[in-house]
Amino acid sequence: MNKTVNPNELKPADDVGPLYAARKKVYPQSVSGTFRRIKWGLMAICLGVYYFLPFVRWNRGLGAPSQAVLIDLPNSRFYFFFIELWPQEVYYFTGLLIVAAVALFLMNSVGGRIWCGYLCPQTVWTDLFYAVERLIEGDRRERMKKDKSSDPMKLERISEIVLKHSIWLMIAWWTGGAWVLYFNDAPTLVKELVTFQGPMIAYIWIGILTATTYVLAGYMREQVCTYMCPWPRIQAALTDEWALNVTYRYDRGEKRTSVKKAAELRALGQQVGDCVDCYQCVAVCPTGIDIRNGPQMECIQCGLCIDACDNVMAKIGRPKRLIGYDNDINIHRRQEGKAPIYRIVRPRTIVYSAIIAAIGGFMVYMLATRSLLDVNVLHDRNPVAVKLSDGSIRNAYTVRLLNKSGYDRAIAIDVEGPVNPTMHVVGADSVTPDRPIIVIPRDSTSELRLLVTAPAENNPEKSIPVRFHVMDIGLGVAASATDNFVAP
Amino acid sequence: MTDHHSDIDAVSGKSTTGHEWDGIKELNTPLPRWWVICFYLTIVWSIGYWIVYPAWPLISSNTTGMFGYSSRADVAVELANLEKIRGDKMVALGAASLADIEKDPALLALARAKGKTVFGDNCAPCHGSGAAGAKGYPNLNDDDWLWGGTLDQIMQTIQFGARSGHAKTHEGQMLAFGKDGVLKPDEIVTVANYVRSLSGLSTRSGFDAAKGEKIFAENCVACHGDGGKGNQEMGAPNLTDKIWLYGSDEAALIETISQGRAGVMPAWEGRLDPATIKAMAVYVHSLGGGK
Repeated sequence: MNKTVNPNELKPADDVGPLYAARKKVYPQSVSGTFRRIKWGLMAICLGVYYFLPFVRWNRGLGAPSQAVLIDLPNSRFYFFFIELWPQEVYYFTGLLIVAAVALFLMNSVGGRIWCGYLCPQTVWTDLFYAVERLIEGDRRERMKKDKSSDPMKLERISEIVLKHSIWLMIAWWTGGAWVLYFNDAPTLVKELVTFQGPMIAYIWIGILTATTYVLAGYMREQVCTYMCPWPRIQAALTDEWALNVTYRYDRGEKRTSVKKAAELRALGQQVGDCVDCYQCVAVCPTGIDIRNGPQMECIQCGLCIDACDNVMAKIGRPKRLIGYDNDINIHRRQEGKAPIYRIVRPRTIVYSAIIAAIGGFMVYMLATRSLLDVNVLHDRNPVAVKLSDGSIRNAYTVRLLNKSGYDRAIAIDVEGPVNPTMHVVGADSVTPDRPIIVIPRDSTSELRLLVTAPAENNPEKSIPVRFHVMDIGLGVAASATDNFVAP
Repeated sequence: MTDHHSDIDAVSGKSTTGHEWDGIKELNTPLPRWWVICFYLTIVWSIGYWIVYPAWPLISSNTTGMFGYSSRADVAVELANLEKIRGDKMVALGAASLADIEKDPALLALARAKGKTVFGDNCAPCHGSGAAGAKGYPNLNDDDWLWGGTLDQIMQTIQFGARSGHAKTHEGQMLAFGKDGVLKPDEIVTVANYVRSLSGLSTRSGFDAAKGEKIFAENCVACHGDGGKGNQEMGAPNLTDKIWLYGSDEAALIETISQGRAGVMPAWEGRLDPATIKAMAVYVHSLGGGK
């Protein structure tokens, strides 16, 4: 328990806590091993997809964009390979975001911060920037020495710094450049950009993303994860006792000794921990923490300390995975002499998987069965109904027809509900007065003013439900919408 | 900083802020320095707004900022641009014939949109925002027209009005048969019932149809025509249909016959430009009742 201090009795000397902390620069050491290889592989995949996806082509026929993934803002269309989405179908993205969120929860309950450690753009680009830094300025010790050195800079050191920042800026610039390619035809835009004929907005976005990439991956680095990102806080609430996190197995590691001392004590038949206090796990950590202090918010669980420790354990002839994916339950079980148990399949992970499967399945079903012809109807509100000179009732509707397919459609409109109705589309030729036929160009909408007239004596009710059927007279595809037919 | 005292928390080994609530102390978790610097920079940046943009109120005006920025001027520029963009289209609208406008979906949409706005500004006070009319003000959605419901007729009525005083206006009015002493009160009641009978409405008991027909033939046929079918040349309404501008009950008809009716539609020529009047004619025609 703390002892309570009367603030008035404190002297200035007691005031030891700083209000603002300077950043302690982290110098992660290079490391090789399983997790490093996984990280290189995932980095190659993630960056490869990001940088090259806009160049993938997809044939949609003449007049339609041929880019596989394209966000066409001026025309309000999103293209993803064989899928074309309209703004009103934005709920597919909502579904995708829900699936993505639950997938994060699932990852978290299985293997901790897999997203943070391997997949997050902040991690991937920071990792890449560290690799560049290491290549040019050398490994941890050299970089620390160079930063601390108070000697006047020599040409060699200056050129190193210039080279590093140039490469960083080139990566950052390419990152921004790839971003804008998702919003326009990539080969055309690249041609325009390099001949300085691209749209100003493209240059602005490239500039913004170059700056953010350069600053976030080159300077902010782990500060983004620690101070700016909400996910570390959220994931702390999502983890449970069975989740596997990067863990220092203190049951094996303690008491820490030196290699020499450990050998002596073991020779005497005494219990000694495997940790030799070599600080390799700290040296390689990209967030500059000591994993041996237990789970920490700063830890992004990239697994590099596992590689570092494994390498040391191999050298001193002790079993690997003194640091590994584990949890406290197993540490306690081992301390009690029981075998560890790993429970990947448990109610939490089953529920998350079920939610992903349900929403994903629902979305796929919706997408597969969605109609490429649609109709929306809006009843006139002022006036809701008109009495004509012969006493019959007329209602007016704004009908919006949506043709999402890649070809023009001839649409016939039928109405069902009032008795003996007649229809008229304002502006359309009345060749087929009882069944207006309208042509909607491909990939577009048409708004019509549709008048429905019916004799009052046949339709005495105040309000009659009506259903408008629209049918592609060539292909037989149909859609319908409901509204009401109202008496004055 | 004098209030900022700290002591060491035994559990975490970190310093605290010295604040205590029910025995719980707040650990001092220092903000990153770059964060604090950024925060101060945003404050410095915000001062720039005072200098660059209009900011401080003065006694009769306000500071105008370095570049004289004004959001109102921005709006004016955007409106001018909009007029420029619309200019060509409105010219096309002015050049096309009324019938062609209705056949061209783009022009029809433009005319309807423009017409709707102008209708709301100029016509809605009498005809209602949805053009549904009111007593004495015709419903423009229906198919009953005092002065004709073709595109040209509608346009003419909008241009010159009815009894508006314009040289080309529609003339003709319902005379005050009672007030001017042309018909006696009992004759007015009789002819009112006769008019009701024309469109199949019920009549008062003891009503003399033959007498009513005679009075009608002597006084009303000149404008309303044989059988009361009306005459659009004179704006005389059709008395045989189901639409009644001033009401169809006996009292309303008696009032109309004895006091007369002469509603005024203003002339819009000169007040609205020709393309706008065209747009409005197309809009009114497209409401559904147009012939």
